[in-house]
Amino acid sequence: MASAAAHSDKNYLNESSGLWSWLTTLDHKRIGIMYFIAVMFFFLLGGVMALLLRLELYSPGQTIMTADQYNQVMTYHGAIMVFMVIIPGIPAILGNFFLPLHIGAKDVAFPRLNLFSWYCLMAGALLAFSTLFTHKIDTGWTFYTPYSIKTGTSVVTMVIAAFIMGMSSILTGLNFIATVHKLRAPGMTMYRIPLFVWALYSTAILQVLATPVLGITLLLLSVERAFGVGIFDPALGGDPILFQHFFWFYSHPAVYIMILPAMGVVSELITAFSRKVIFGYTAIAYSSLGIAGVSFFVWGHHMFVSGQSTTAGVVFSFLTMLVGVPTAIKMFNWLATMYKGSVLMRSPMLYALGFLFLFAIGGVTGIMLAVVAVDVHFHDTYFVVAHFHYVMVGGTLMAIMGGFYYWFPKMFGKMYSESLARLSFVFIFIGFNVTFFPQFVLGAMGMPRRYFDYIPAYHSLNAISTVGSWLIAIGFLISLYVIVKGLISGEKAPANPWGAKTLEWTVPSPPPHHNFDVEPVITAGPYEYR
Amino acid sequence: MSTDSTHAGHDHHVAHHFRNAEHEYLTSKEGIWLFMVTEILMFGGLFVGYSIFHNIYPEMFAEGAKYLDWKMGFINTLVLIFSSLTMALGIYFLQKNQPKKAVVSLAITILCGAIFMVVKYFEYTHKFHLGIFPGRLLDVAKVGAEHANLGMYFGFYYCMTGLHGIHVLLGMSLITWVLFRTIRGDFNSNYYTAVEGVGIFWHIVDLIWIFLFPLLYLVG
Repeated sequence: MASAAAHSDKNYLNESSGLWSWLTTLDHKRIGIMYFIAVMFFFLLGGVMALLLRLELYSPGQTIMTADQYNQVMTYHGAIMVFMVIIPGIPAILGNFFLPLHIGAKDVAFPRLNLFSWYCLMAGALLAFSTLFTHKIDTGWTFYTPYSIKTGTSVVTMVIAAFIMGMSSILTGLNFIATVHKLRAPGMTMYRIPLFVWALYSTAILQVLATPVLGITLLLLSVERAFGVGIFDPALGGDPILFQHFFWFYSHPAVYIMILPAMGVVSELITAFSRKVIFGYTAIAYSSLGIAGVSFFVWGHHMFVSGQSTTAGVVFSFLTMLVGVPTAIKMFNWLATMYKGSVLMRSPMLYALGFLFLFAIGGVTGIMLAVVAVDVHFHDTYFVVAHFHYVMVGGTLMAIMGGFYYWFPKMFGKMYSESLARLSFVFIFIGFNVTFFPQFVLGAMGMPRRYFDYIPAYHSLNAISTVGSWLIAIGFLISLYVIVKGLISGEKAPANPWGAKTLEWTVPSPPPHHNFDVEPVITAGPYEYR
Repeated sequence: MSTDSTHAGHDHHVAHHFRNAEHEYLTSKEGIWLFMVTEILMFGGLFVGYSIFHNIYPEMFAEGAKYLDWKMGFINTLVLIFSSLTMALGIYFLQKNQPKKAVVSLAITILCGAIFMVVKYFEYTHKFHLGIFPGRLLDVAKVGAEHANLGMYFGFYYCMTGLHGIHVLLGMSLITWVLFRTIRGDFNSNYYTAVEGVGIFWHIVDLIWIFLFPLLYLVG
C-alpha cells in the first residue's frame, strides 16, 4: 500500500505538463479531454447560431438577417451540431475516457490511431470553418442534389471536411470495437461489461459500417460538382434521388450513432442513482444491438415524399416502427430499475430523468412520423424539426450533460456545485420544452421548416419558442460557470463520490496514467448494488 | 497498427496495454480487417450505383465497354494477381526468417503496382486523346456516341478506376514503408504485423480490381 500512497499525487493530468505533452499524448483520458475542449467550442459556435436563427424567427419578415444569411446560418448550425458536436460528443469524450476504465484496460486498442482521429476531427473542422471566409454554403447540412451541384458556394470544401470528420468517426469506432473485443480484463465477459460499453460497442458498429457510405457519397458529390460525372444529375441521365438514398443510408444510422451512446449513459446514471442493480441487463444490451441492426433498413422514411415507390414507403414505414420495440424495451427497463430503488435526486439523475421524459416525446412523435399518411402531411414542417430536436437535444444533449456531471469528479478530481448544477437543469429542461413544444404545434399548423419568414398567424408561437431558446442559453451558461468554478475551487473528489459500482470508481480521482496499478480481475457483474 | 517503430532492429517492443506479443498481433489484425470492411463499404456505394444505372441503361454500358481495351485490363488483372502472390510470399519469407527473399518479393510487388499504374496511365491518356471524359465533359460529337448519356458510363469508369488507382498508389507507398523496415531488420518470424496488415490491404485492393475488370471491360 505504501507505493499506492506514493502514487496518489501523480495522475494522468499532472503526469507530464506543457501543451506539447497534450498534443502528442497517447493517453485515452487526455485525448478524451482534448475532444471535450474542442467539442465545447463547436457547441458554443453551433449554439450561438441557433440563438441567431431563433432571434430571426422571433417575428415575421426580416428581423436581424437576410434570407441568404438565414440559409447560411441554418446550414452551419446543422453541420456543426451534427458532425462536430453530437456525433463525436459522447463516444469521443466520455467513451474515450471511460471505455478502457470500464473494461479494466490500460488504454484503447490503438492509442496512436485514437490521437490521429482527434487530429482528423480538427482538420475537418478547420476546413469546414474555412468556408466561412470564402463562399458560405447554404445547402442545409444534408447537401441535397441537385441544389448542392448548382449553388455557387464552397460545397466541395465543406463536403471534403465532412469526409475527413467521417474518417475520424470511423477510426474511433474501429478502435472501440477492437478494444471491447480484445482488451477486457480477466473475468470481464461480454455480459459483465457496463451497459455504457454495450452502447458504445453498438455505436461503433454503426460508425464502421455506415460512415464509409457517407464517404463515397460525399466524394461522388465532389466529383459531380467538379467534372459533372452525371450520376446525380438528371440532365446527364443520373438521379438526384439516388443521392438521398446514399445520404440517408448513412445519415439514418448516424442518428443512432448520436442516440445509442446517450442511452448507454442513461443506463449508467439510472442504476447508480437508484442504488439498484439494473433491471433487464441482457435486454438493454441486446436492444442496443437491435437498434443498430434495424437502423440500416429504415432510411427510406426520410423520403416518403421524394417519389420512391409506395411499396417501398410502406415497408420503410413498418421497419421504422420496429425501432420503437428495442427503444421501448430500454425505457421500460429503466423505469423498472427505478421502481423500489432508493432514488437519489442528484443533478446527473435529474438529467437522466429529463432524458426519459423528453426522449419519450421525441420517440413517440418519431413513430407518428413513421406513418406514411401522417408524414406526407408533416414532412418538411416544424413538426419534424421539433421531433428531431426532442430526440437529439432532449435525448443526446441531456445525456451528455448528465454523464458529464456524473463523471466530472472522476475526470478532474474536483466536485462541483450541486445546487447550481440543478439550477442549470431547471433552465435547460424548461427552456427546451418552451422552445420546441410550440414547434410541434407550428408544424401541425403547417409552418414549413428552413424558411426565414412566416405568415403572421405563426407569430405568437414563434415568439414563445425564441424566448425558450434564451432560457436554454442561460442554463448552459450556468453549466459553464459550474464547470469553471468546479475546476478552479471545487473540493477534492473522493474516488467514489456516488457509491457507484463500475470499475472507474475503484481507481483514484483523477485516475493514474496507466488507469490500474494492478490489472483488475472481475468476478461479478457491473452493478452489484442489491 | 500499434507498432513501436522507435525500436529498430529485432527487438520489437510490445505496447504497454497488451499482455504479450500474441495479444498485440491479434488485436492489430482485427483492426486491419475492420478497416478493410470500411474500404469495401466505400467501394460498395460505387458498385450499388453501377448496378442501379446498369439496370436502367444496359445498352449504354455495353456501348461504353467498347471504348475500353479488354487486353489492357486483362494484362493489369494478371499483374495484380501476380503481385498478390509476391505480397503473400513476402510475409511467408518473413515467417521463415528469410528477410532477403522477403525484400525481393516486396520489391516485385511494388514493381507490379507500378506496371499497373503505367498501363492505367496509357489507357487514360488514350481516352483523353479521343475526347472520352466523364459526364458532361465527354465530347459527344468527337466520340460519336450513340447513347445520349454515355458520359455517365465514363463517370463510373473514371470514379471507380480512379478511386482504385489511388488505393494502388497508397498500397505501393505502404509496401515501400514495410520494405524499408524489412531492410532495417524490424521484422522476423516473431513480429511481422505491419507487413501482414499492408498485405491484407493490398489483397483487398487487388480483389476490388478483379470485380472492376469484368464490370467495366467485359460488360458488353
